[in-house]
This record gives sequence, structure tokens and C-alpha cells, in this order.
Amino acid sequence: MSSNSFAYNENSGGGEATELGQDATSAISNSGALGLFSSDLKKNEDLKQMLESNKDSAKLDAMKRIVGMIAKGKNASELFPAVVKNVASKNIEIKKLVYVYLVRYAEEQQDLALLSISTFQRALKDPNQLIRASALRVLSSIRVPIIVPIMMLAIKEASADLSPYVRKNAAHAIQKLYSLDPEQKEMLIEVIEKLLKDKSTLVAGSVVMAFEEVCPERIDLIHKNYRKLCNLLVDVEEWGQVVIIHMLTRYARTQFVSPWKEDDGLEDNEKNFYESDEEQKEKAEKRKKPYTMDPDHRLLIRNTKPLLQSRNAAVVMAVAQLYWHISPRAEAGIISKSLVRLLRSSREVQYIVLQNIATMSIQRKGMFEPYLKSFYVRSTDPTMIKTLKLEILTNLANEANISTLLREFQTYVKSQDKQFAAATIQTIGRCATNILEVTDTCLNGLVCLLSNKDEIVVAESVVVIKKLLQMQPAQHGEIIKHMAKLLDSITVPVARASILWLIGENCERVPKIAPDVLRKMAKSFTNEDDLVKLQILNLGAKLYLTNSKQTKLLTQYILNLGKYDQNYDIRDRTRFIRQLIVPNEKSGALSKYAKKIFLAQKPAPLLESPFKDRDHFQLGTLSHTLNTKATGYMELSNWPEVAPDPSVRNVEVIELAKEWTPSGKAKKEKPAKKFYSESEEEEDSSNSSSDSESDSGSESGKQGEEGDSEDSSEDSSSDSESGSESEAENKKTAKRNSKSKGRGDSEDGETENEKSETSDSSSGDSSSIEDSSSESESKSESESKSRKVTKEKETKIKQDRNLVTKNVSLLDLDDFNPVSVPIAHPTPALSPSLIADLEGLNLSTSSSIINVSTPVFVPMKTHVLLHRMSGKGLAAHYFFPRQPCIFGDKMVSVQVTLNNTTDQKIENIHIGEKKLPTGMEMHVFNPIESLEPEGSITVSMGIDFCDSTQTASFQLCFGTCRRKLMSKIREK
Amino acid sequence: MIHSLFLINSSGDIFLEKHWKSVVSRSVCDYFFEAQERATEAENVPPVIPTPHHYLLSVYRHKIFFVAVIQTEVPPLFVIEFLHRVVDTFQDYFGVCSEPVIKDNVVVVYEVLEEMLDNGFPLATESNILKELIKPPTILRTVVNTITGSTNVGDQLPTGQLSVVPWRRTGVKYTNNEAYFDVIEEIDAIIDKSGSTITAEIQGVIDACVKLTGMPDLTLSFMNPRLLDDVSFHPCVRFKRWESERILSFIPPDGNFRLLSYHVSAQNLVAIPVYVKHNISFRDSSSLGRFEITVGPKQTMGKIVEGVIVTSQMPKGVLNMSLTPSQGTHTFDPVTKMLSWDVGKINPQKLPSLKGTMSLQAGASKPDENPTINLQFKIQQLAISGLKVNRLDMYGEKYKPFKGIKYMTKAGKFQVRT
Repeated sequence: MSSNSFAYNENSGGGEATELGQDATSAISNSGALGLFSSDLKKNEDLKQMLESNKDSAKLDAMKRIVGMIAKGKNASELFPAVVKNVASKNIEIKKLVYVYLVRYAEEQQDLALLSISTFQRALKDPNQLIRASALRVLSSIRVPIIVPIMMLAIKEASADLSPYVRKNAAHAIQKLYSLDPEQKEMLIEVIEKLLKDKSTLVAGSVVMAFEEVCPERIDLIHKNYRKLCNLLVDVEEWGQVVIIHMLTRYARTQFVSPWKEDDGLEDNEKNFYESDEEQKEKAEKRKKPYTMDPDHRLLIRNTKPLLQSRNAAVVMAVAQLYWHISPRAEAGIISKSLVRLLRSSREVQYIVLQNIATMSIQRKGMFEPYLKSFYVRSTDPTMIKTLKLEILTNLANEANISTLLREFQTYVKSQDKQFAAATIQTIGRCATNILEVTDTCLNGLVCLLSNKDEIVVAESVVVIKKLLQMQPAQHGEIIKHMAKLLDSITVPVARASILWLIGENCERVPKIAPDVLRKMAKSFTNEDDLVKLQILNLGAKLYLTNSKQTKLLTQYILNLGKYDQNYDIRDRTRFIRQLIVPNEKSGALSKYAKKIFLAQKPAPLLESPFKDRDHFQLGTLSHTLNTKATGYMELSNWPEVAPDPSVRNVEVIELAKEWTPSGKAKKEKPAKKFYSESEEEEDSSNSSSDSESDSGSESGKQGEEGDSEDSSEDSSSDSESGSESEAENKKTAKRNSKSKGRGDSEDGETENEKSETSDSSSGDSSSIEDSSSESESKSESESKSRKVTKEKETKIKQDRNLVTKNVSLLDLDDFNPVSVPIAHPTPALSPSLIADLEGLNLSTSSSIINVSTPVFVPMKTHVLLHRMSGKGLAAHYFFPRQPCIFGDKMVSVQVTLNNTTDQKIENIHIGEKKLPTGMEMHVFNPIESLEPEGSITVSMGIDFCDSTQTASFQLCFGTCRRKLMSKIREK
Repeated sequence: MIHSLFLINSSGDIFLEKHWKSVVSRSVCDYFFEAQERATEAENVPPVIPTPHHYLLSVYRHKIFFVAVIQTEVPPLFVIEFLHRVVDTFQDYFGVCSEPVIKDNVVVVYEVLEEMLDNGFPLATESNILKELIKPPTILRTVVNTITGSTNVGDQLPTGQLSVVPWRRTGVKYTNNEAYFDVIEEIDAIIDKSGSTITAEIQGVIDACVKLTGMPDLTLSFMNPRLLDDVSFHPCVRFKRWESERILSFIPPDGNFRLLSYHVSAQNLVAIPVYVKHNISFRDSSSLGRFEITVGPKQTMGKIVEGVIVTSQMPKGVLNMSLTPSQGTHTFDPVTKMLSWDVGKINPQKLPSLKGTMSLQAGASKPDENPTINLQFKIQQLAISGLKVNRLDMYGEKYKPFKGIKYMTKAGKFQVRT
């Protein structure tokens, strides 16, 4: 089919026809349509008709063809009104394609684009997180300035969404809004600040990206999140890792003192040399007190190390530059192996990596010396890779390996790729100057090359020999004579010019040849290249000054030729030389010094690496690759002399206490717990009544949601890790520490973690019985107090429970929700009127609305399913492990813990009648035959909530009596 | 970050463009075309090209240039690696990544690109997740879609995106549970004129094809893990277990993936499994040159060397070659001067050879360098480094999977200088 349309394209050739052809390629459209419509106008009519038809298939066809046009870069803007109507289509693919279209053209047709806004606003409240997220994506992408306030609102709301995926999209939207309207910066920074606290690995990368784009100067926002970011890093997706590592590199350079000692070895000599006396004094002072690395600094270096093993080259490079810029010199060595590994990937990756290695190898040869052979050139490498490898080989050359290298270079010089051969000759020249032992060998080798058949090779050799001889003006008469002979054969201007210059410079050493060369040149002067002409003039002048007897006439002749040359540079030079060397009445004082001027001792050129000056750019950046400052490049600041206050990175204990609900045994946290117990009670009551899992009354709501169990468990373990490092601040009990150690390998034992989490959170729940018992175990001073509190709680809960049980029997729970929830949660992002609007718009149950708009976060905690009082001794708690459900991919897994608090066996616990809204499904647990007294058992179930927030009600039956209970609400 | 993407074919047509922020005029590609003209070969086009307002970063694969337009500072590898990931995804979706295929599937391509980047920042690049969002086109699905009007677009957020194991979807079911691992090693070597090794390295990968039900947790252990000098893992591998026990422990993605790539430490001597005897000579006076190469097995541990292909870029002065191989077929392209000899299996009793003469340009002087010979070969059932998988265990699921390990050694960049 595509080939058909191709042929069509080629045959017709007309612009419109081409367009048609392209459309056809994109869609499943009938190629017959091609013939029917020949003009642009008519064809669009056709599309319009299709878009307005009732059939989804026709619309889809039309949209596919339109997307094809967009992909081709054809203008499809006149279809805007017809397309925008379909934005509310039920068909999800049509919708997606309309989104694609909108994002492309909304900027051009702002008024019409506004028609679609209400659809997005509605979709932002959709119970399906995917739809919410994509609505936010499109809304923020359409770049219509009028809707900035709407975008702002949407971002604020989404940043508090329960779904980390939506929050991730909110982070992206921040950057879009900022580029649309930079005046929103302050507000956006607030959102960024909030999102930075987010614990989800999904969000971390995106929000740091937003941070880098909107407010990279607000480094203070990072302090509190620094340790968290370091600890999350391994689990963040690869692209986020790159961004975070670059940001943390910058952060580290502003917050920690330099780990580099000045006795770091010879390679740093130059740097020290340029340092002012003052600095050295300071350094000397510093040397007196031994350097100790900030534990946070160490944390970053340690946590990035595993990422060197990433399969993503960008991540490896990011870690490499981090080590290069902030780790102690001795530790940076480990990056070389990984960088060398990257050389096996594609040519583009090689190109960038080799550039960075080139820069590194100038400063620190030792790092890459063991990998010397990895930089050997293969004949199949592209030229740019070859030259870069050569560059690195030159940097790595030293006395020990130069002989092997020179042998290798010999092969390269013979390469069929002459450009590469020429580069090799330059390389040999550089090696010769750097390593004095081999200078003569190199020089001889280069002289041999002078008899090479290839002109480029010879020319390059001449140029390099010239530079080498200039450095060693000793007896090289033979070489000069040899080169003088070459003038007859060689034609490359640079080489001829070099030879002439060399003879001129050494004219006193070759007194016989020089005038003869000048004679030959005078003959061919008019046919020479400008570059050569200038050197002939120079040679003439020099000879005139040293050997005027033989060359006076010749020089005059050349000067006359030069006077009438076509090139004004040469005419200028001729005039200048004549005035300077030929004595006449007008000549000033300068002519006396002519000889000194022309035959002064000239400094030898330094053969330097072209990568010499790149080291002031941060490695791995675009600016480094281009060797110019790219837009938006941020300089890496120098280490501060004195480290800023490290305590800013400490996270408050109170906050921790709340995040760590499981910490029932920690002594120090008791007061805090008590302090919040009120709110927790409220929470419980609202939970038990509405089961909305909301606890915005407590501060933990603001801490950020603990998205899934893995997250939170890891967070708590990592937090405690970092906490234990800064011992001064967080005084923790030994128990706590040992716990955190036990979880040290959280990455490995995910399942273990979850288990521990289960028990933790259940014990942490203030209403549970376990908790009170565990508290009584701990021998804290505030024991009695806390007892009291617990008792108080218990009694209150009992009341609540009773109340609720009644309610359950009277009312459907769905109706109950909205009553309790708005009281508990202020909804800052939504104006009341908007809520009213929404209620009108939304089709689904009212409960879902509330759920979407509440800025609520779910801590890892259990909820009461059945209280032991109402359950006649059987207590049931449930919680969401937030992990993939084993029963089906749409199901949400729920862990139910059953406790027998009676003194008798409870038998045959099973699920009875289920009352599920349409579409919902439930996978029940296997019946439990019996539960011993004081025994407890955990079972898991799966419930497919259909992405809704509706409750699943079912009967829990046991023994002979039938207990009917339970409902839950769950968002994804 | 990434502003726009242009796909350019080898004849310089922009056949697809996609913008993630404001539209960047396609005229920006003129800078790219300029650079392309300057670099005679596609391979030599610089991957990073600065223009007055933008920077063009490109990768060249499958004869297509993928050119990303960016406006501000960004780690170049970030963009390059992403572009490669785009190509990999296309390949994964359509089997091949070529211009006609992309044109045929332009809508799917567009949808995929839309999901991969948001505002120029990667959103979903894991192929498992993408395939749940946008289902890859198959003939069956196309037919079904035309009849029922259903779509390729998933309406649920892939479970993997939010789970602990973003690379694996939940609810995987197979009737035959199988896990296959291929240990593939490549020898990169440069052999000099006299047959001695200048440099030789072994790079290996372990590619896996895992089709297991549920959430299996696998561990793979080696007999001799110390051989592995430098490794890079798929994100699923638990790094700490490797650090402490040298065991690969992971919950595998569903389907095909690269578990590990490694490098065998340079201290170990690399066994070179083949040798090449060559006698290539040009004479100054005559317009004929002699050409003779023989390929033979060296250290192959008793295995058969197969799939041998010899290629060589002859000097420009060579007009034509008249050669006779003892086995296999050979071709010489007089335009590109590329000689290629498909040898096949090496029979140790009767070594394959290629003999004959080269006709040289009359009057031209003899080339100063003999051509380099590039070699390709395969050895089944052998990992040349001696790496051996000890055992594979599965936890977390009850059934017994079928397990298989295959070893293979290949030539990587294997060059013989003559």
C-alpha cells in the first residue's frame, strides 16, 4: 500500500498530490479516494465530512490521515474547528489523536482551542488516573496564554493527586507553564517545593527537572530533600537519575568543602602553580587540621557508585562526571573502567565518551593508562572516532609505553585514510616534544616519511618537523638540506611555506643552499600560493640581512615582484620589508634593528592538545562537547572555603515520627505521638465511617503520599539510615537503629520488607490492640501517660464504631462519604463554585469527586474492617500493600489480618454474600477453617475497583453467626 | 529538553517530524544537511551540530538519521541514548525499523513518540509499559480493529508503571513456562602482520527470553564469576546481591531482554580461535599483484568454526581481482573496492583458501599499505572465556519452569593487519 502511494507521489510530483499520497500512507484509508479528489480544498472537505459523520470508524480514519499530514509537516490547521469538536469523543484512540492535533495547532488558533478547555477540566476529575494525567498533559501543552490561571489551578491540584503518575505529569506541566508565562514563577516554586518532598520514585526525576528549569538558583529547596534524593536515586528511572545526578553535583560543589588535597600528585601541579599566595596560605592552614568528609558528601558518592553499572550510557557518564568533580581524587579511578565499557556502544556514544576521556586524560594520565589498548584504532572506525582515539593515545603516552605506541602509529601512518594519517603525524610530533627520550627517533621517522609518495603525508611531516626543529635549534643541517631538496617536488603550500621559513631561520647554518633556494623561488614566485609568497619575502629579507653580497639583487627582484602582486597583503608586506631593510634617506631608526627584528630568537610553538582548554566546562555537558558555552549552561561553582551549615539537611524528628507510624517502641517519639493522637482519632473515626483513607487532618498528609508499600518501606529504612548518620540531631534508641540495620538490604528482600511493614503498620495503628500491648512492653517514662491515651482512644473508637455500625445498617455508605469528607479536608485548590460546577458535570457518584479534589495522602496504615467488639471477638484489619495483585492485573490487592480476641476457637471464617457495584470484581480469600484464641492470620484478597472510588461491601461470615460488614474505598 | 525530532532518510528527505514544544521550522535541518555534505560518509556526520539558535543531536541507524533539536544545555548522551531507545522501540514494535515501515505505521509511531516524551522529557521508555499503552500492530489486530472499531490504545495505566517492578507487567500467564539464556561472547582483536596479537578483548552479553507465569524471582549463579571484570545490568538485577555474593538475582521482565553485558578482565589471555595466513603483494613494475589467504582454526576447544566471512577493503589502485576460492563464494565490488569471501565452515583437514591475482591501475605506483582483513565467525556451544552458568533457581512461584542455556562465541571487531 505504501509502495503504491510512493509511486503515485513520484509520478504526479505536484504538491497537492504529494500531500494526498502521504495521507494515504498514514491511514487505512481507501486509496481510491486519492483519485477522486484532486485539490487541497476538496480533500479537506472530505476529511471534514468524515469528522462530522456519526461513525467512529470514519472519524478515526480522518484523524489518522490528519496525523499523517502533521507528521509529514503539512499544514492541517484549517481543519481545526472540525477536529476540536471530537475532543470529547468516547473512543479513546480518536481522543488521543485529537490531543495530538490540538497540541500541534492550538497555539495558532487560540480562540477555537478554548472550546476544548472544559473537556479537559472535566477529564481532570476523571477517576481513571491515566485520563487525568493525559488531560493535564494536553491542557498544559496547548500554549494558550489565556488559560494560564486554569493551568495553574490544575497543576496545584494534580500535584496533590493520589496517583504518583499524575503528580509526575504535574511536574512536567510546571515546566510548560513556566515557559508559557514566567511570571508564575513564585507560585510554581511553591508547587515544586511541595513535589520535591514527594517520596515516589516516579516523581523524583521529573520534579528535579522542573526545579532545574524553573529555579536552579533556589538551592535551598534541596537541603531538606538531599538525603532522600540520594537514597531514592537507585530506584528512580534512568532518565531521572541523569537529571538528579547533575543537580546533586552542582549542589555538592556549593555545600561541601573540597576533598582534594594538594599533594594529589604531579598532575595537579599546574593548578597549584597558578594559585595565588593567599590561597596557598589558606591551604596550608587547612592542612593543619585533617580533612574529614561530610557524611552527606560521602552518602552521595556512595549511593551513585552502583549506577556505574547502569545499561544507560547517559547515567554512567553522569556518575563519571560526578566522581570527577566531587569525589576525592583517589576514588575517581573507578570510573575509567565503566567509561571504557561505553566505548563498545554506538558511534555517537563513543564520540561523546571519547571527548570526555580526552579531557580527563590530560589532567590525569594514570586513570586510563591501563586501558591504553582499548584506544587502539581500527580501520573500520569513522574518522572522527579515530582522531579522538589518537588524541587520547597522545595524552597517555609516556616513557614506558612510547615504543609500543610508536610502532602502532607506524601502522596508522600507512592508513588509507589520509586525513587520519596526517593526524597521526601530528601526534608523533606531539609525542616527540613531550617525551624527550624519543625526540630523535621521532624526528628520524618523520624524515623517512618525507620520501612518502603521498603528498598530504609529506606535507604534514614537513610542518611537524619544522615545529620540532624550532624547538631544538641544534645541528640539524642535514635535515634542512634534505628538506630544501623537497622543494622541487612538494606542492602543498603549507609545506613549502614551512620549508622556506625553516631555511630562512637557519640561513646561517646552510649558507650555500639558502641563496640557491631563493634563486629558485624568485623564478617561480608568481605562480606560488600567497602563503608561500609571504615566506619567500621573509626568506629574501633574512638573506639580505645576513648575506647581502650574494642575495641583494635577488631580494630586490622579489621585492619588485611583490610590489605589483594582486594580493594586497603581499603588497603591504613588500612595502614594509623594503622600508625596513633597504637603507635609504627616509628610513628611520628602525632599520638599524632590522636584523634583530627578523632574526630574533623565536619561541618554540607548544604542541598542545585541543582538549586542553575544555576542562573548565563540566564534563558530560553539551558545552563541553562543543567547547563553547551553550545556552542555559550553569557553571560549576568552586568549592566553598568553609562548608555551609550542614544541619540544614537534617529532617526534623517530628516529621519523621509521623512518617514512621510503625515506631511504636521509640521512646523519644512518644510525646509527638501523643500530640497528634487527637487527629489520629479523628482520622480513625472518619476512616471507619467513610473509609476514605483520608487523614489530611494530620500533618502527614502534607508530607507527601507514600505511594506504594515498597516506596514507603524503603523510605523509612533509608531515612533512618541517614538519620543515624547525623547522630547529633536524631537521638534514636538502639532498637530503632537495629531495626534500620536489619532493613539495610531493603533492595534485596522486597518481600521481607513488606512483611515487616505489615506488622509495623498494624502495630503502629493507634486503635489496634497490638499497639497498646507493645507500648506496655516498652519501659518508658511516659508509659502511663500513653496508656491513658490509648485507653481514651479505645473508648472513643468504640463509640465511633458503634455509631458507624448503626450507620452501616441504615445507610448506604456511598451516601455517607461526602458528608464527612469535606469537613475533614480543606480544598485549597478549588473554589467552592468550582466544586459546585463539578458536581453538576460529573456523572459518576459524588464520592469520586471529593476524592479527586482532596489533597490527601495515604500513609502505610491499616484500617479497621471489623472491630472486635462488633465482631464478637473477631477483629479484622486491612491495608493496601500497594503492590501488583496476584489475582489479576486490574485488581488491587488487599491484605486482611484477622485476630481472634476471644478465648475460644473461631471456625470457618469465609466471605459470604458480596454487594458489588457493576463492573467491580473481587477475589476472595480461601475459607479459614479455624483460628485459635489469641491467634491471628493474614490473608490477601484482590478487588477490582474499576478505577472508581466506590466501595466493595461483603459479608464476613464465621462460626455459626453471620457477621455482615465492611466497605472500602480505594483509589488507584 | 528535546524540542523536536526529525527523521531524515539517506537521500535527505525529512519524512517525519514531531514537536513536543513549540513548532521548530524544518529549515533548521539545513544545518544538518550542510554538515552531511561536508562529511563524505554518513558515518562521519558529527553527532552534535550547533546552529545559531538550536543544537542538533543525531544518531544514524538503519540508514535513517534521527535528528533531535534542543535549545538549551543538556547532557548530550542523554539525548543520544534516548534516540537509540526510540529506534529500539520501533524495532521492537515493527520488527524492522526502516523508512517504509515507519511511513506505513505513522500513526502508531506518533502515538508511541507521544508517550515516550512529555515536554521533551522521557516519560515511558520501558517497552513493556509502552506496549500496554499502545499495542503493537499485528495483522490479526488490524483486522479485528477494522471490524470491531476497537483501537490500539490501552485505556488503563500499565500496572508496571506504578509497581515496584516497572519492567514487568502483572498477570502474566503462560501454559509452557520457559526461561532461556544465551551467553554470547564476542572477541575484539587486532592481529598484526606476523600473526601475533596486538590487542584482544572479550565482551559478552547474556540475552534472555523468559516466559514465566506470575512474579518469578530468579537467581543465576556462575561457576567462575571472577572472570567477569566489568558488568552492566538490566535494571532488574539486584546490585547488592551481586556485590556480596556474585549471584544474579532478579525478577525478570516478560519476554526478551538483555540481562547483563560484561567484559572479561584483560589479565586473562584471550584464546584466538582462528588464524589467517596471507600473502598479498604488489609489484612496482607489473600491473598484477598476488593475492592469497588461508583461514585455519587455532584454539577452538574442539568445536567447529562456522559462518566465516572474510572482508577486506582493497586499495584504490586495485581495478579488479580474479580469484578462486577452495570453498565458499567471493565477490569483489570494483566501485567500492570491497572484497568479500563467504567461507562457511572451516574444515580442519582441508583449510579454505582464496588465491588469485589483482589487476592494478596501470602506471600507478604500488599502494604503500596492504589491506586490512576483517573476519567474522561463529562457534556454537562455546564461551571462549570459559564462563559457565552454574545453576538457575526460581523462587516465588510453584511450577517447574523449563530452563535452557546456550553458549556462543562470535567475532566482534576482529581485524588482521597484513
